[in-house]
Amino acid sequence: MMAVRLRLGGTLLGAAIVLFVAVLAVFAPLLVPHDPFAQDLMGRLAPPMWLDGAQAGHPFGTDQLGRDYLSRLIYGARISMLIGTATVVTSGLIGITLGVLGGFFGGLVDDAVMFVITCRLSIPLVLVALAVVSLVGSSLTVVVLTLGLLLWDRFAVVSRTTTMQVRNLDFVSAARAAGCSRIYIMWHEVLPNIVHHLVVVATLEMALAILLEAALSFLGLGVPAPLPSWGLMISEAKDYMFFTPWVIEIPGVALFVLVLGINLLGDGLRDLLGATRDA
Amino acid sequence: MDCAICWGPRVTPEPVLEVRDLRIRFGGVVDAVRGVSLDVRGGETHCLVGESGCGKSVTALAIMGLLGRGAVRSSARLAFRGTEMAGLSEREMAKLRGDKIAMIFQEPMTSLNPAFTIGSQMAEVFERHRGGGRRVALDRAAGLLGRVGVSAPGLRLAQYPHQLSGGLRQRVMIAMALMCDPELLIADEPTTALDVTVQAQILRLLVELQRDLGLAILLITHDLGVVARVAHRVSVMYAGEVVESAPATDLFAAPSHPYTRALLACVPVPGVVRRDQPLGSIPGTVPRMEPGFTGCAFRARCRYAMEVCADDVPLRLQGPDHRYLCQLVV
Repeated sequence: MMAVRLRLGGTLLGAAIVLFVAVLAVFAPLLVPHDPFAQDLMGRLAPPMWLDGAQAGHPFGTDQLGRDYLSRLIYGARISMLIGTATVVTSGLIGITLGVLGGFFGGLVDDAVMFVITCRLSIPLVLVALAVVSLVGSSLTVVVLTLGLLLWDRFAVVSRTTTMQVRNLDFVSAARAAGCSRIYIMWHEVLPNIVHHLVVVATLEMALAILLEAALSFLGLGVPAPLPSWGLMISEAKDYMFFTPWVIEIPGVALFVLVLGINLLGDGLRDLLGATRDA
Repeated sequence: MDCAICWGPRVTPEPVLEVRDLRIRFGGVVDAVRGVSLDVRGGETHCLVGESGCGKSVTALAIMGLLGRGAVRSSARLAFRGTEMAGLSEREMAKLRGDKIAMIFQEPMTSLNPAFTIGSQMAEVFERHRGGGRRVALDRAAGLLGRVGVSAPGLRLAQYPHQLSGGLRQRVMIAMALMCDPELLIADEPTTALDVTVQAQILRLLVELQRDLGLAILLITHDLGVVARVAHRVSVMYAGEVVESAPATDLFAAPSHPYTRALLACVPVPGVVRRDQPLGSIPGTVPRMEPGFTGCAFRARCRYAMEVCADDVPLRLQGPDHRYLCQLVV
C-alpha cells in the first residue's frame, strides 16, 4: 500500500513537472519578465534573490552579459521541450516502422531490419553530430534532425520484440480469418497492443534527447549561441563557476528536475498501462 | 439424412466446401497433411476428429489460406461453392474470409484484441466487408449478441474483452463470425478451452444456429463426445490422412478402421466404465511423417498390423457413404 502510494506520488510529481515545463515552454513569451536576449553590461552576473546583493526585477540574477536569467531559463525550456518532442516523433516514426515491419514479417525483412539496427548502433552519435555541424553549421534544425535520425534504435528494438510476441497471439490469426490485410493488422491489431511499451521508450528517449542536446550545446555542437539552451547556458557559465556558481547551478538543476520528471512519468505510465492489461 | 441428432436441417445436395487430395508440407521435411479429401454441405456439420498433431488444425488453416511461411499447399481441388480457391489472389481470399467463410478459434481468452471494445471489433468485420455506417454495424452486433445468448448486448458492446468470462467471449467470437452471414463456419476446437457446462451450451448454440441459418460447419475436435452430439458426418484423421469417413450414425455403429475403434475404446462412458477396469488407450504417439513414407501410418500402433501394411493401403467401402483406409476387410 505504501509502495503503491509512493509510486503514484512519483507519477503525479513527474506529470506535474513535465506539465509545468511544457506550460512554460508554450507560453514563454507571455511569462518572461524581460527580453531574454537584451544585454545589460552594467548589471552583469547579478546574484539571484536568495543571495546578498540581488537586484530587484531579476529573481534568478543575470548572466555574464547581464541578460535576465529567469527569462533565459524559461526560453531554454522551450528549446529543451521542442528538441525532446521533435526527436521522439522523428525517431519514433523511423524506429517503430522498422521494428514492427521486422517483427511482423520475420525472415528476410527481419534480417534487413536487424542489419540496419546494428549499423545504427555502430555509429557514434557525438562524432556524427561533430561532422554534420562542421559540414552544414549548427542550428536548431540540425540538432533535431541529427538526434531524430540517430536515436531510433531503442524504438526499433522494443517494437520488434513486442511485435513478435503479439504476432503469434490468436486475435491476430482471428483478424486474418476475418479478412484483414497485413498492413491493417499491423496498424490496428499489433500497434495498440505494444503502445504501452513504446510510451515508456518515448519518455526515456525524450529524457535522453534533452540530455544529449545539452551535451552537444555544451561542446558547441548544438544550438547556436544567442539561443538560450540550458546546455549552452551551462557551457557559457563554466568560466564563471568558481566565483558565481549560481550561473551553472540554476540551469543544471532545471535540467536535472526536467529529466527526473520525465523518467518518473514514464515509470508511472508503464505501471499504469501494464496494470490494465494484466487485469 | 440419418444423423446422430436429426434436427431436420436443410442439407443441400451440392457441397459448400469441396476438398480433394489436400497436401501440406512444412519446410520440405514434414508432411503435415497427406491427401485429405472432404465435403461439407450446407446445413451439415462435418467433424474432423483426431489426436493432437494429426494435421486437423493445419487443414483448417489451409482451407482459409492462412498457412504460415514455410508451408507448401497443394490440392487437386479446393473449392468454395464451386469456385476453386487455390488460384485466388491474397486480396480475393481476404474478401472471402470473414464474409463468406468465417472461423472461430480454440482459445477465446486470446482471440479478441484486448485494446478495443467488443462493439468496435464486431462492427469492424461488418464495415470491412459490407460497408455501411458504424451505427448499422453496431445494431447488427447487438442483435447477434442477443441471438447467441449474451445478456444485455448493448452493455457488452462497450466492454473490453478482459471484462468477459471465457464462455461469454466464445459467444462473442461466434457472434462476430456471424456478422456477415457466412455460408461456411470453420470452428477449430471451439469448446476445448471451456468448462463442461459452458461447452454444452456452446454446442447447443452451434446446432441451433445451423438449423436457423443453414450454415455449413466444419468442426475440428479431438473430443468424440462433441462429435456424437453435433456431427452429421465424421472424418477421422490420423497422421495427415483421413483414415475413415462416414455419416456419424454409421461411424459410431460400425467403426471400421482400427484407429477409429481404438479411439472409441478410449472414451469413458459413465455407467459402463468400471473403476477397476483400465481405461482404453493407444500406446505410442502419432509419428512424424517424412516425405516418401508409404504404407499405413498407424501400423506401428495397430494391433492388427501385418506385413502388407507397409505397402500402399487400399480405400475400402463399408457402405454407400462409408470409406476407410485399411488392409482389413470388416
